[in-house]
Amino acid sequence: MRQNLDVIIAYIIMLGLITLVGIFQSWSIALSILCFCLISAVMTMGANIQWGYAGLINFGIMGYTALGGLAAVLVSVPPVKEAWQVGGLNMILSVLLIAFMVFSVRFIIKNYKKTKKRNYGIALVIIIGLILLRLISGPAIESIEAVNPATTGFLGGMGLPIMFSWIVGAFFAGGLAYIIGKIALGLRADYLAIATLLISEIVIAVIKHEDWLSRGVKNVIGLKRPVPYEIDLQAKEWFINLVAKFNQGTLSLVTDTLEKEQLLKQLVIEGSTVFVKLCFAGLFTIVVIILLIITQKALYSPWGRMMRAIRDNEEAANAMGKNVVKQHLLIFVLGSAIVGIAGAMMVTYDGLFTPGSYRPMRYTFLIWVMVIVGGSGNNFGAVLGGFAVWFLWIEAAPIALFLINFFTSGLDEANALRLHLIDSIPYFRFLMMGIGLLLIMRYRPKGILPEKIRHV
Amino acid sequence: MILKLEDHFWVDNMDIINAIVLLLNYIFVPALSYGSQLALGAIFVSLIYGILRFAYFTAGDLMSFGTMFTILFTWYFQSLGISLGILPTALIAIPFGIVITIFYVLVKDKLVFSYYRFKKSPPVMLAMVSIGTMFVTQAIVRIVIGPFDRRFFDGEKFILKANEFKEMTGLNEGLTIKSTQVITLLVTIVVVSVLFWFLNKTKTGKSMRAYSDNEDLALLSGIDPKKVVMITWVIAAILATIGGTLYGLDKSFKPFTYFNNMLPIFAAAIVGGIGNPFGAFLGGYVIAFSEILITYAYKKFFIYLLPESIEPDSLLQLLSTDYKFAVSFSILVVVLLFRPSGIFKGKVL
Repeated sequence: MRQNLDVIIAYIIMLGLITLVGIFQSWSIALSILCFCLISAVMTMGANIQWGYAGLINFGIMGYTALGGLAAVLVSVPPVKEAWQVGGLNMILSVLLIAFMVFSVRFIIKNYKKTKKRNYGIALVIIIGLILLRLISGPAIESIEAVNPATTGFLGGMGLPIMFSWIVGAFFAGGLAYIIGKIALGLRADYLAIATLLISEIVIAVIKHEDWLSRGVKNVIGLKRPVPYEIDLQAKEWFINLVAKFNQGTLSLVTDTLEKEQLLKQLVIEGSTVFVKLCFAGLFTIVVIILLIITQKALYSPWGRMMRAIRDNEEAANAMGKNVVKQHLLIFVLGSAIVGIAGAMMVTYDGLFTPGSYRPMRYTFLIWVMVIVGGSGNNFGAVLGGFAVWFLWIEAAPIALFLINFFTSGLDEANALRLHLIDSIPYFRFLMMGIGLLLIMRYRPKGILPEKIRHV
Repeated sequence: MILKLEDHFWVDNMDIINAIVLLLNYIFVPALSYGSQLALGAIFVSLIYGILRFAYFTAGDLMSFGTMFTILFTWYFQSLGISLGILPTALIAIPFGIVITIFYVLVKDKLVFSYYRFKKSPPVMLAMVSIGTMFVTQAIVRIVIGPFDRRFFDGEKFILKANEFKEMTGLNEGLTIKSTQVITLLVTIVVVSVLFWFLNKTKTGKSMRAYSDNEDLALLSGIDPKKVVMITWVIAAILATIGGTLYGLDKSFKPFTYFNNMLPIFAAAIVGGIGNPFGAFLGGYVIAFSEILITYAYKKFFIYLLPESIEPDSLLQLLSTDYKFAVSFSILVVVLLFRPSGIFKGKVL
């Protein structure tokens, strides 16, 4: 208990801060901060597994997040029958063709010696394949995108409950990570960082511009929710009773029945958003706890010890007969899959998928700030980092406003400098993130909650 | 009969010239100027990688920092009524922007990077730190000048307009040359030749190369590491400001675009063999040309060249322009796979 005191204190402070937001700003804001904190925590856990356990730098978090989001769309949206009729067959053929290309290239690589002829052969297969792909998919894509472009214009999904997408998202992201890992994991650490960063940009480019798959920049809106809708809640008897019970004190102060009804209506509307966000927060907390249990178990298992050994001394681990390449690939896939879950969770929470909003600053570098600040190698630290950094990211604006008002209090109300600073409040969050990261790296390089090695 | 044959022949020749002008106008000229802007960025990323030994993620934002101050000085000069006539005012503002950027990188090095260098932290740590400075630089730029698109070009916009070219030569295709493209090219040639002269011929430059090749040996032979590091930062600041300003003159200044430009710059530096400035310089053009070559629609080009009967119907575009960035990154991935040390390996630095 005593050795975990710092963890407990840190978490109590964090929850206290969120509660303060609830009291002083509003419970709806506090809960949406909490939800995003939980989502960030999941992403951070994914990155932490790769960086903290194995020392792999993955700057492609944005790509996996977006793939998770795509999974949410593909799972939950009902299929667009018309689009399948006009182009479905051709798209399936195209997928088969890609699979065939991949297998034939693999076949050539495996069965022939490394010569110039072999390289020409591979190039020939790829070029012919691409031309065929163009011929098969081109007209199909055009006709799919022509189907009702204002509302659909894409193939749609499977029409399943959106919760499934959390698992599907993990598989999507894990699959991509497998391919990337096969390609790039042999690279040196900083090359790997740059390569993954660039590959994630490619993923985003594909999602943004393949309208038949994801509607691209036209966005997918109105995704189904796993929790009730506000409008439905407001009409439910039990919910109104619940709100009335919670607010008995305020309600009893009002004597007039009409006024009372008005107030109750207001409270029910407010209560419904809070209730929905509470449901989300509950779901997300379950995910975070499950992941925490699994990752903690893994960290202290023989496998976790082996990973740390590989991280700390690759050659020695290799000499002990551990398959470093295989383990790196495994952990790369696992970490990315967790990020994929977070991506699907985020789209589920937002109820919309906007490929244009995926930017490396927000989805890659911010997550890395979380990992470093929280404490790499420590799962509780990673979760805390997700909470603390996201909290600061959102609350940076009010803090900056307060500071600007404080420091310019001597200046005139309409002073140009003051007005300019107040206009640029949204950008102070970058400043805070940067300075925070630099300070932590300088004075507490292991993060707020450093890694603990338990010696048995 | 003879006359007719000659006539036919003439038309064919014209078609070929038209096709070449078409490629010049839409591929060669834009790619050359874009490539120069990338090359300037890639050289300093490569230098920092060679001498300070880490991936400098602030690259794009340092360019926007330098450009921002150049723009501020441009505005100031414009308000004073100073101008260069047909040339953009920004050209006289560049030195002032450079001075501030040099000051900024040196302060940053003193406050942030020198500590990790002294401690001999692994390169990964320094790369992370450079992400911290990236956030800070980005914040400064956005707080001072805002996130909006800004154009600060003044003076004569075109050297050669499409219509004039058509009249001059009697061709169907026009050739447009913007003055910014020529300025970019000239400035790049001057800057890059001075830089390579400096690296190859002067004592300081040679000591930098020695330091990059083998740090311990260089230290043993009495090279002052502080001086080498300082000069590297100064060169980085100069190249960043010039490259950023040229890009901003040619297109426009927007902090987010500059941040994104970090990616093709890294691609260029790696394709050219990171730590090798000359490779990085060529890498910039490799990236720029491949981006534009692969996403250009060749329909018109083949209409000129091929007889009417087999003229193409489709756009003949290998990839849509949406995938511009993806192209350069795919090249990078291919290069990393087959030649991890870059295309132009040669000697390091």
